[in-house]
Amino acid sequence: MRITASKAETKASPRADANWFHAMRAALLLMLLCGGVYPLLTVSLGTLMFPHQATGSLIERDGKLIGSALVGQPFAAPGYFHSRPSAAGYDPFAVAGSNQAPSHPDLRQRAQGTSADLAAKHGVAPASLPVDLIAASGSGIDPHISPPAASLQIDRIAEHRGMARDAIAELVADHVEPSVLGILGQPRINVLQLNLALDAMTETQ
Amino acid sequence: MQHARKSLKLLDGATFSRLVSESLLRLNPHWLARNPVMFVVAAGTLVTLCLTVADLIAGRPWGFTLAITIILLFTVLFANAAEALAEARGRAQAESLRSTREQLVARRLLDDGSEEQVAATDLRIGDRVRVLAGELVPADGEIVEGAASINESAVTGESAPVLREAGTDNSGVSAGTKLLSDSIVVSVSVASGQSLLDRMIALVESAKRQKTPNEIALTVLLSALTMVFLMVVTTLVPFASFVGGAASIPVLVALLVCLIPTTIGGLLPAIGIAGMDRAMRANLVAKSGKAVEVAGNIDTLLLDKTGTITHGDRQASDLLAVSQCAPHRLRDAALLASLSDPTPEGKSIVGLAKQHGAVLTADEATRFVPFSAKTRLSGVDLPDGRRIRKGAPDAIRRFVTENGGSYPDETTVLVERVARGGATPLVVAEDAKVLGVIPLSDIIKRGIKERFQRLHKMGVRTVLITGDNPLTAAAIAAEAGVADYIAEATPEDKLEYIRKEQAHGRLVAMMGDGTNDAPALAQADLGLAMNSGTQAAKEAGNMVDLDSDPTKLLEVVEIGKQLLVTRGALTTFSLANDVAKYFVILPAIFIATVPAMQALDIMQLNSPATAVLAAIIFNALVIPALVPFALRGVSIHAGSADSLLRRNLLIYGVGGLLLPFPAIKLIDLGLGLFI
Amino acid sequence: MNEVILIYMAALLLAWPLGRYLASIYAMEPGPSDRIFAAFENRLYRFIGVDPQTSMSWKQYGKSILKLHLIIAVLALAVLMLQGWLPLNPDAIGDMSWDLALHTAASFITNTNQQHYSGQAQLSYFAHMFAIVSMQVITPAAGIAALVAILRTAFARRDASALTADGAVVVGNFYVDLVRTIVRVMLPIALITALLLSWQGVPNTMHGAYVATPVDRTAELAEQRIPVGPVAPMVAIKQIGTNGGGWYGPNSSVPLENPTPISNFIETVAIVLIPMALVFMTGHLTGRRNLGLMIMGMMLIMSAALTTLNIWSENQPNAAFAGLAAAGPNMEGKEVRFGATATALWGSFTTQTSNGSVNGMHDSFNPIGGATLLMDMFINATFGGAGVGLINFLIFLLLAVFLGSLMVGRSPELYGRALEAKEIKLISITLLLQPVLILALSAITVAIPGLAQVSNPGFHGLSQVLYEYTSAFANNGSGFEGLGDDTPWWNVSCAVALILGRFIPILAPLALAAMLAGKRVAPTSSGSLCVETPTFALLTLGVIVLFALLSFFPVLALGPLAEQLTLAG
Repeated sequence: MRITASKAETKASPRADANWFHAMRAALLLMLLCGGVYPLLTVSLGTLMFPHQATGSLIERDGKLIGSALVGQPFAAPGYFHSRPSAAGYDPFAVAGSNQAPSHPDLRQRAQGTSADLAAKHGVAPASLPVDLIAASGSGIDPHISPPAASLQIDRIAEHRGMARDAIAELVADHVEPSVLGILGQPRINVLQLNLALDAMTETQ
Repeated sequence: MQHARKSLKLLDGATFSRLVSESLLRLNPHWLARNPVMFVVAAGTLVTLCLTVADLIAGRPWGFTLAITIILLFTVLFANAAEALAEARGRAQAESLRSTREQLVARRLLDDGSEEQVAATDLRIGDRVRVLAGELVPADGEIVEGAASINESAVTGESAPVLREAGTDNSGVSAGTKLLSDSIVVSVSVASGQSLLDRMIALVESAKRQKTPNEIALTVLLSALTMVFLMVVTTLVPFASFVGGAASIPVLVALLVCLIPTTIGGLLPAIGIAGMDRAMRANLVAKSGKAVEVAGNIDTLLLDKTGTITHGDRQASDLLAVSQCAPHRLRDAALLASLSDPTPEGKSIVGLAKQHGAVLTADEATRFVPFSAKTRLSGVDLPDGRRIRKGAPDAIRRFVTENGGSYPDETTVLVERVARGGATPLVVAEDAKVLGVIPLSDIIKRGIKERFQRLHKMGVRTVLITGDNPLTAAAIAAEAGVADYIAEATPEDKLEYIRKEQAHGRLVAMMGDGTNDAPALAQADLGLAMNSGTQAAKEAGNMVDLDSDPTKLLEVVEIGKQLLVTRGALTTFSLANDVAKYFVILPAIFIATVPAMQALDIMQLNSPATAVLAAIIFNALVIPALVPFALRGVSIHAGSADSLLRRNLLIYGVGGLLLPFPAIKLIDLGLGLFI
Repeated sequence: MNEVILIYMAALLLAWPLGRYLASIYAMEPGPSDRIFAAFENRLYRFIGVDPQTSMSWKQYGKSILKLHLIIAVLALAVLMLQGWLPLNPDAIGDMSWDLALHTAASFITNTNQQHYSGQAQLSYFAHMFAIVSMQVITPAAGIAALVAILRTAFARRDASALTADGAVVVGNFYVDLVRTIVRVMLPIALITALLLSWQGVPNTMHGAYVATPVDRTAELAEQRIPVGPVAPMVAIKQIGTNGGGWYGPNSSVPLENPTPISNFIETVAIVLIPMALVFMTGHLTGRRNLGLMIMGMMLIMSAALTTLNIWSENQPNAAFAGLAAAGPNMEGKEVRFGATATALWGSFTTQTSNGSVNGMHDSFNPIGGATLLMDMFINATFGGAGVGLINFLIFLLLAVFLGSLMVGRSPELYGRALEAKEIKLISITLLLQPVLILALSAITVAIPGLAQVSNPGFHGLSQVLYEYTSAFANNGSGFEGLGDDTPWWNVSCAVALILGRFIPILAPLALAAMLAGKRVAPTSSGSLCVETPTFALLTLGVIVLFALLSFFPVLALGPLAEQLTLAG
C-alpha cells in the first residue's frame, strides 16, 4: 500500500509511514511465523531425523522407564557409583546450582561435610579428593563424574558387591568418554550408565 | 612585513594583587553557575565548610575537614585566577589602546562646512571629521577626501608610515593612528563602542564572551561526566554501609572533586580567552570567537601571490630579441619606453638596459605614454614618429595588428618559454614590428615553500591568486608548492572559486582589502580583511589584520588549531588523571572497615588522611601548573593528523595516566613530615 | 586452551562469509537468495501492508520499532498471564503473577531474557513458543535492523542514497529490514542449529514430561519427572539471537539443553556468530573495509583480555574448598563434561555479547572471574548484542572522534560531518544513562532493608545486586542467580532498567545518525582525524575502558575486589 508516494517522488525513495495498523499486522504475522511455524517445523524434522534424542534420550530397563542418559540420578547405596553433590536433589523440575559464592560461609560448611564424609568412606585424605565430588554442579542433574571421582569409588563398590576390583576398574575405563578430538570437553563418565552396566555385570555373574 | 610581537610576562606584582581580588570576586554563585564543573567543587567546599563548623561546635576533631575545605576553596580560586589571568592579559593590551583613544578630540564637519570640536566618544556613524597632520584619527572610518601618510604604530606596533588615500583600496583608517602629513576628511564608519577594539575587548572579557560551538559541546560532555561522578560518589554511601564499611562525607566530597574533570573545567574559559589573546598578539582582531575556531578547520587557503608568496617587486631579468631584430635595438627601445616609467618594473628595465650598454637619454620632444587600463600598454612616441610600446603579449598583439603588422609565431614561443619559467613576459614592439620579450621575474619568498608543505601536511590546500597569465601562475605555483592557482584572477573569479570549494564541503579562508573583494570575503568561511583596506572589506570579513600582512592567514590557521588541540589535550589529561586518584582515595576511605583494601594502596601512602589531602592538593595544583599550557597553547608540531594524535595521546593520555602516581606520592611524603 | 582457540577460530571463520552475506542482504542487492526468499517476503509485506520500496525518516523508523514491540509485549503478557487456559500445556502449568509476567515480557521484548522464573516448571509449551521463542527471533532482528539503519545513514560511503529528493533524511524501511533479517538470517540459521542440537540430544518434541523411576531406591527420589518439549528450536535461537533465555532454569548447564561437548561447541560458537558477522558486515555494507577490520581488532583485543583473565581465574581453586579437596579448578556450579575453561569461555562470550545464557553458575565463579563478567557488561560493546552491541561501540567511537578531533586541532567531525553540541548531547545521554541508572537502582536496593534479597552476605551480596541491574541494563539476562529476584520490587525495577537500557541506546543513536546524515559533508584531508588508523583505535579502546572503569571502579572494589582480597588474605 503506497501511502504518500506521488509519481514525482517515485524516483527518490518514497516515504513510508509508521502506523499502528502495520505494527499490529506485523506483530501477529511474525509471532505466528517465529513462534508457531519455526518451532513446529523444527520439531517435525527433529522427530523424523533423531527420534531417540528428540524425546530426551530416555532409557528403559525391563520395559520400564528408568531415566534419561542426559539426566543424572542420585545414588546413595554403597554398591553404586555416586553422583556429584546437587543443589536440586536431582529433580529435573527443580534444576539449580547452589549459587553460592566462594566467600559464602554455607558453601564452606557444606564442603566440609561432604569432604569429611567422602574421606571417611574411602579412607583417603580430604586434600586428595577429586574436586567435582565436593563441588555441586550447575544444573543439579549433572550426569557425569570425572574419571578420578570414579576411581576413588572402585574399592568401595568392589567390597560391597563382592566383585573383583579389576573387573570394575575395567568397566570404569570402558565408560570413560574422552574429550572430542582430544580438544572439546573433559573426560567423563556417565554415572547412570555406569551403574546400569554394573547391575548388568552383577546379574550375569 | 615584520610585526612587533608583543609578549607580556605571565605575571607581575600589580596583576598579581588584581588577580587575587578577581579570583575572590568570582566566588559569587551567579558567576560560578556558568561553569558546572567548578560549581560542583564550590558546592562541595560549602558542604565541608559546614561540616567543619559543625565539628567545631560539637567539639569533634576538625582539622582534617578544615584542611579539605581550604584545599577545595583553593581549587576554585585557582580556576578563577586562571580565567582572570587570561582575561587580564587580553585586556591589558586592549586597554592600552583604548586609553589613547579616550582622550581623542575630533573636528566634526558641519553641513555648512564649518567645524566644531567634539569628544571622539560623541561621534556617530556617518559623521565627517577633518584630521590634520600631526593629529590622531579620532575614530575608525574611511578617507573620503585627500590622501595622507599615517603612522599606525598604535595599532600595529609597526612604525613605518603607510599611505592611505580616498577612493582607493587603501582608504581605511583606524582610531588612534597618527597622521604624518597632509590633511584628510574621514567618514566615521563605526559608532563609538563598536569599533574593532571594543569588539576585541568583549572577546576577552568572560562576562560578555559567548562560548564557541566546540566549547559548548565540550561543556555538555564535561557536565555529563560530572553527573556520572556525582552518582558514583553518592551511591558509594549505601554500597559501603551494605558491606559493613563507612565513608565520611568530607572524604567523599574530596573523592568527588578529584574525579570530576576540574583540570579542564577550570581551564576551559582561560583556554578560550587565551586563544583570542593569541590572535590579538598577532595583531589579528576577530569579530567572534567562532571565527578563530573556524580557522583551525580551514581546508583551502586563497593566497594572493604578491606579498604572500613573492616579494612583489618584479625585476627585468633578460632581453630576448626576436630573430629579425638586433639585440641592441630591443635594448634601446626598452630603455626609451621605460625611461619615465615610475614603477619598479620600469626602473629595473632601465637598469638592465644600461647594464647591457645602452646610453640613450630622452629627447625633449619625446612624448611618454603612461600605462592605461584601457590599452594596457605604456611606452613612448619618439619625435621621428616611431611609437614604441611595451605590455602584455595580447595587448601588444592588438597594437601590432592595428598598425598593419603581424605578430610572429616566434614571439609566442618566446612568451611561452618565459611564462613557463615563472616570469611575466613583457613584449616590446615598435609600430608594426615586435622587437622582443623581456622576462619580469618575481622572487619567491624564502621559507614559503616549507611553510606550505607544513600546511599541506595539516591538510590545508593552498591556492595561489594572481593577475598573471596561466603559464606564469602555473610556474610559480609549482615553484612555491601550492596546490592550485587562479590566474588572471578577478574578484568575481575569487568568489566563484570560493563557492566551488564550498560546494565540495570545504571551508575556505581568504584575505582581501578592496571593496570589490567584499563579496568574496563575506562568502569565505574565514574572511581576513586588511586593516588598510576599505571599510566595506572590513565589514565583510570576520577578522581584521591590523598589520595588513598577507602571510597572516597562515598564522590564523595555526592559532585556530592550537585552540582546539589545547582543549582536547587537557580534557584527555584531566580524565586520565582519575585512575590514580581512585587508587589513592578508595583505600583511604575503606581501609578502616575493609582491611583487604590495603592491597589497592599501591603507592604505600603514609596514612588515609595524608592520602586524601595529597590527592586533592595534586588536583588543585594541576590547575595553576597547566596555566602556561592554557595561555600559550599546546604546541602543535605540524604534521599529519595521525602523528599529532599519536603525540598528544602519548603526552596527555599516557602521561596523564602516569603522572599523578609519583606526584601524589611526593606530596604525601611532604605531608608526612607535618602530620 | 586449544578448545578456546578452536572456538574463536571457528566463530571467526563462519562469521566472515556470514558478514558478506548480511551485507548483501542489507545493501538490497539482487542475489541468489532472492530466488528462495523474495516471493515469500513479498507475501509478508502485502499482509503487513507496507510497500517495500518506501523509506522512513528516523522518527518513523523509531516509532515503528516502538509500536511493534509494544504490541508484541502486550500479546506476550497476555499469553503468560493466561497460559493455564491456553492449549499446548501438557504439564498443566498455571498462570503467571502480574509482576513476574511484566518482568518476563519486558525482559524478552528487550532481547534480554533475564529470567525470574524457571522455564521447565513455570511456562507452558504454548507460552514458550508464542511468547518466548517468537520474541527471541524478532527482537534481535529488530536490533540488527536498527544497526543497519544507522550504518547506512551515517557511516556508509554512498551517503547520497540516505537522502530523499526533498532533502529530508530517510534511514530505510523498518519492516523490510526486519522481515529480511528474520526470513533470510535468523530462521535459516536457527533451523540448522536446532537440528544439530537435536542430533546431540536436545529434546525436540511436543510430548509432555516423562516420569521415570530412578535406579537407586535408597536415594530418596521416588520418581524423576523429566521435562521435555520443543527445546531445540528455543535453544538454537536463544544462542543465535543473543537472547540467552533457556528452557530450563540453569540454562545450558542443564544436560538436556546442552548435552555434550559438541553441543557446547555449537552453542558457544552460536553466541558470538552473529555479533561477529555484523562487524564483518560493517566493512562491506559501508564500503569502509578498514573500519570493519579496525572494530573487529579492538573487539578481539577486549574480548581476549577479559576472557583470558576469566579463564585463568576459574582455573584457580575455589577458596571454600581449601584443604577439603585436591587442588583443581573451581568446579562449583560447573558441569564435568565442560570443565572450568569451557565454562569460563562461555561466561565471557555470553557477557560480551549480551547473550546471557550460561553453562555454569556465574554466582559461584571466583571473584575475579565474576568481575570480568561485570566488566564485559559494563563495556557491553565487545561484539555485543545483535545489532545493539555494535551501536554501543559506535557511540564510544563518536566520543573518541570528539576527543581525537580536538587533539588534532579540528572541529570534531565523523567522515566530514560535524559533531556539534546537539550530537554530543545525545551521545552524553546515551552514555551516562548506563552508570547513573545501574548505580542508582543498586543503591536504592541495598539502602532499603528487605529489597535486596541477596543469598550471599557481604561483598558478594553487593555483587549480586550490581550484577542483576547491570545485566538488565546491558540486556544481557544472565544473573548471579542466588538472588531472590522474583519479588515485585525486583521485577518492576528491573523492567525499568530493561526498557531504558534497550530503547534509549537504539533510538538516540538512530536520531544521531539521521542528524549527521543531514549535514554538509566536508572532504577529509590529511589534517582531519582518520578513524581507520591504529592510533585512533587505541584512543577508542582507551575511551571505552576508561569510561567503564571510572564509572564502576568503586563498586567493583567494594564487591568482587574486596571479596577476592578478603579470600586471599
